[in-house]
Amino acid sequence: MTENTASVVSASHLGLTFETNDGPVNALSDVSLDIAKGEFVSFIGPSGCGKTTFLRVIADLEKPTSGTITVNGMTPEQAREKRAYGYVFQAAALYPWRTIERNVALPLEIMGLPAEERRARVRQTLALVNLTGFEKKFPWQLSGGMQQRASIARALAFDADLLLMDEPFGALDEIVRDHLNEQLLELWARTNKTICFVTHSIPEAVYLSTKIVVMSPRPGRVTDVIESTLPKERPLDIRETPEFLAIAARVRDGLRAGHSYED
Amino acid sequence: MTALRNTIPVLTILLAIVIGWYALTYVMNAPFQRDLDRRGGVTSTAGEFFVKTMTQPKPTLPAPHQVAQNFFENTFLRKVTSNRSLVYHAWVTLSATLLGFAFGTALGIAIAVGIVHVRTLDRSLMPWIITSQTIPILALAPMIIVVLAAIGIVGLIPKALISTYLSFFPVAVGMVKGLRSPELTHLDLMHTYHASPAQVFWKLRVPASVPFLFTSMKVAVAASLVGAIVGELPTGAVAGIGAKLLTGAYYSQTIDMFSALVAGSVVAILLVSLVGLAGRIVERSMGARPA
Repeated sequence: MTENTASVVSASHLGLTFETNDGPVNALSDVSLDIAKGEFVSFIGPSGCGKTTFLRVIADLEKPTSGTITVNGMTPEQAREKRAYGYVFQAAALYPWRTIERNVALPLEIMGLPAEERRARVRQTLALVNLTGFEKKFPWQLSGGMQQRASIARALAFDADLLLMDEPFGALDEIVRDHLNEQLLELWARTNKTICFVTHSIPEAVYLSTKIVVMSPRPGRVTDVIESTLPKERPLDIRETPEFLAIAARVRDGLRAGHSYED
Repeated sequence: MTALRNTIPVLTILLAIVIGWYALTYVMNAPFQRDLDRRGGVTSTAGEFFVKTMTQPKPTLPAPHQVAQNFFENTFLRKVTSNRSLVYHAWVTLSATLLGFAFGTALGIAIAVGIVHVRTLDRSLMPWIITSQTIPILALAPMIIVVLAAIGIVGLIPKALISTYLSFFPVAVGMVKGLRSPELTHLDLMHTYHASPAQVFWKLRVPASVPFLFTSMKVAVAASLVGAIVGELPTGAVAGIGAKLLTGAYYSQTIDMFSALVAGSVVAILLVSLVGLAGRIVERSMGARPA
């Protein structure tokens, strides 16, 4: 039904201008990008480069002011109405009055799944993020890393093919972050989902991605798209290999070329 | 140990108040006692005179022990059906308070839901709600009582309506804040699920507003009690704490007035603590961190 079934997200000359009190702000300018099914795409760049805004446009949380974008061949709004994606926010954003299992069940309740299927899916997804045994806990009883895993489970629970993650591990310490990165790769390999991942950590982007989109601010634009040559199987110590370091260097160059750290 | 450290300052203040009260009692009652003694041609020592100021049947200011004794007798030693029982009068006031509180809470919530969901109500209703609370209830209460009596509504309902008038306001204001309290990401999350406005309301706004509801209900229940008591004044009501205060004032039964005041405070403390307790239980079941 779509001309290009392999393309999950397809943006062409996308632009978004926010009208603020200090005048218009070009959050996105002339962004063209194709994301194929099963890819793990990282968006990296300094704050203000529009990486989060781009993710929010895919999710229909922001409307572009120019250009076109399709998600699964539809407009973002149609895709959202079809529940085409799961979104993981920077903060876990769990509802504090719901236990972990009821937080994960929230999208399933909204989508009107029968109670029995809800229970089964909650059990499966919590197992997927290694949170079995924490079903009855409230969010505050869990560590930050566990809360973020619960929020990933919530995004996975309704089995959308696309996972949008906005700096999900940004607030966590290095050790927890490494651990979650490993788990995320494992999960990606097992579920074969398409993942869009916003980060401002170069090692994280290189370690996780099949494609790295380097962005720069004012106006927010894409300065480089790097296809990773790393194998799909990635132990943590792949980060010391010359291949890894070469990609990281290219990302760093891309960031520098965008004059991103000048001011 | 902590309990002791917490109660000692409170008890110290209490002691200071009691001592101050006794001193004031002497000062207030002495002129009348001196007058009485002069007319009766009685001479007494300073000690005897002091005791007399503390034991007048209708003192200008009753001494704490007089109030305590009166309160004890009228609370525990009388049949609860007796016209002199404070339990009876407190119950009359309490029933109007509870009815008015229930009305007020329901009305406050309804107004808040309207304000949060209908933009025109937000603009048009809020100024009127605030204005409503600037009208002194003492001026308004007799009008409500008289108007309702003219159409044949007397007794519990008019008093409850005055309670409603005072108690809907904190609930409305608190719930508007509560229903608007969800964080942006929590709302965005609902948007990504393509949730309906009703789902956003029941699954996000309502649970998020619960702490605000109980805080405002604590204020509202105290206001309800004031409303019920005020509602008993203009009717020349025959029963209730307000009626007790009024008859006490008519017949200079100051001790009765003070013990009615104490009864009112006890009822207020009970009501506020009950709402607070209910709030803690509900919030605990909704995963609130134990304090």
